[in-house]
Amino acid sequence: MNRTSKLLAATAIVAASSASATELEVMHWWTSGGEAAAVQEFAAAFDATGNTWVDAAIAGGESARAVMVSRLTGGDPMGAFQFNHGRQAEELIEAGLLRDITDIAEAEGWKDIVNPSTLLNACTVDGRIYCAPVNIHSWQWLWVSHKAYEDVGVSVPTNWDEFVAASQALADAGKTPLAMGQQGWQQSGAFNVMFAALVPSEIYLSVYGDKNAEVAAGAEVARVFSAAADARDMSSTSTVQNWNDATNLVITGQAGGQIMGDWAQGEFAVAEQVAGEDYSCLPGLGVTELLGTGGDAFYFPVLSDDAQIAAQSELAALMLKPETQVAFNLKKGSLPVRGDIDLSSANDCMQKGLALLADGALLPDTNMLLTSDTTNQINTLFTEFFADASISAADAQVDFVKIIERAE
Amino acid sequence: MASTRPNQLFRNKSAKIAAIPMIVTALFVFVGGTAWTIVYSFTGSGLLPRLKWVGLDQYERLWDTRKWMISIENLAIYGFSMLILVFVIGFILAALLDQKIRFENTIRTVILYPYALSFVVTGLVWQWILNPEFGVQNIVRGWGWETFTFDPLYNAEIAIFGILIAGLWQGSGLVMVLMLAGLRGIDQDVWKAARVDGIPSWKTYLFIVIPMMRPVFITTLVLVVTGIVKIYDLIVAQTGGGPGIATEVPAKYVYDMMFQANNLGQAFAASTMMLVTVALVVIPWAFLEFGGSKNRG
Repeated sequence: MNRTSKLLAATAIVAASSASATELEVMHWWTSGGEAAAVQEFAAAFDATGNTWVDAAIAGGESARAVMVSRLTGGDPMGAFQFNHGRQAEELIEAGLLRDITDIAEAEGWKDIVNPSTLLNACTVDGRIYCAPVNIHSWQWLWVSHKAYEDVGVSVPTNWDEFVAASQALADAGKTPLAMGQQGWQQSGAFNVMFAALVPSEIYLSVYGDKNAEVAAGAEVARVFSAAADARDMSSTSTVQNWNDATNLVITGQAGGQIMGDWAQGEFAVAEQVAGEDYSCLPGLGVTELLGTGGDAFYFPVLSDDAQIAAQSELAALMLKPETQVAFNLKKGSLPVRGDIDLSSANDCMQKGLALLADGALLPDTNMLLTSDTTNQINTLFTEFFADASISAADAQVDFVKIIERAE
Repeated sequence: MASTRPNQLFRNKSAKIAAIPMIVTALFVFVGGTAWTIVYSFTGSGLLPRLKWVGLDQYERLWDTRKWMISIENLAIYGFSMLILVFVIGFILAALLDQKIRFENTIRTVILYPYALSFVVTGLVWQWILNPEFGVQNIVRGWGWETFTFDPLYNAEIAIFGILIAGLWQGSGLVMVLMLAGLRGIDQDVWKAARVDGIPSWKTYLFIVIPMMRPVFITTLVLVVTGIVKIYDLIVAQTGGGPGIATEVPAKYVYDMMFQANNLGQAFAASTMMLVTVALVVIPWAFLEFGGSKNRG
């Protein structure tokens, strides 16, 4: 009823201002329950300005990016699209396919409000701003199911070592210690989390930032690979594909935990789970508490239609407004990109994230350091590694060093 | 003779004019596109094509990549098995149907029907059938064989044969229909003569009928081989290349490089290698086929 009346209201507004109403096609890959609820906040806010949000959601980040890039290079641009900011969009900007939104950023004062400022740097090429960061996502979380541990009578682990130690008890009870979707990006993502949390951050920055192959071949990285081998053993009974199916195993207590970014929290929220009671979240695997500052951003292709350009500007400005930021990020489970808004209604986990953000315990996201070519090779390596228990940690590290040597 | 030669070019003028659009398309789109791809395979093109020469780097990397080697190996295993089995099964089905049996039309339709399904549907259907939790394995276990195991898609060693089963199920019907048409084209007098001579029917098939069906075999071969080389959608729907990277194929490697890794140079190098492989098979065959026909008359 409530939704119907909202819809009717929205329709009325659209009808009333039909002269200025412009349809803007927005492409994104937010299709899981929590994500769809979050993107609806943007759509509603945009529709309220008298424009029309035409939703074009494509499931799965990889296939969505393929469609977006081929539409852009094929000369059929959409109104706006979600992308992981960082190096993925570099070439599109160089080719002049994306709109320079520096004027909007200056009018809205993004330089002063966006926190941490690295987010805006990732949108900046040669001093010009090309995207609107909408949230901060960090990968470095371990989600632990309280029910799974209560079922087997073990205390809930508070860090990675305890988690590994408790895994046998779960396995004996027929549960999956670590839920893991069988997709390369999830597996390499989990590896990168272990990389960031289990060894000092200098090592992480030296391998991914400076592409130092010697460090990548060293003993510190070998430790990360042996942790990845542990993770492989613990997740051997996890046969699901999608990340949200894996999260569901944690929610229902069939699995002990999952290494996944903070977007998993949206799923816990949809399932009406309470942080600290039904599940725990351990930033940096409970070992080194820090967050990667990845995230989503919206890019705006170069268009020729004036009405559409105006709608783009309106959308870009809207996305960073305090009210939209709060509404969107609460649903999405991510952190807002501006430090000056009140998020006291956020739950336990988000508060932990906000505290780390305030402390500056931050690390650049892999998307900002690596090209998609390198990311893709690392994904393939871990798809193989997690599917085939006969590949030793040392062999995988040799391949990893090769990839780092080749990386730009 | 010499005076009639210049006219040769202008004979059937309207037919030739009508063929011009197709010739231009073929030249520009196929030949031009192929040349362009080969040229850019020597560049370091990323998301967008750029003329930044890197020599043979892309090829060195390609042959140093395990995913590509596995792709080639899979295509070889799938290709040879598919080629042999689809011909054997298709021909045997056609020969059986050719025995003037009842309900021939119905049976023919049933066997041809899978061909009407796309590879995506075929892939999903067989993914479910071969799923150990609710497919064949579960049914057989339900009958009492508790230890029966049949899960090819979850075993990296044999996963490609799980794909092969689906490919055969989909493709055999077409081969059968083509073979049946070929068999119907054989003059009944040949059969009568063979029978008078007392030749057993399997020998008649093997040494008289099959050699006479040569054109049908060639057509079928071309259809089947092109189907094998371009295999992509079946893999994506059925296994997505998994488990791990056990069922990757070259066409999927090209797609992944082009659209996920944003590395056009590498994708072009891979597709050039696919072209070379096809050319290595087709060119000697074409010489034998068309070069030989002149000698025959």
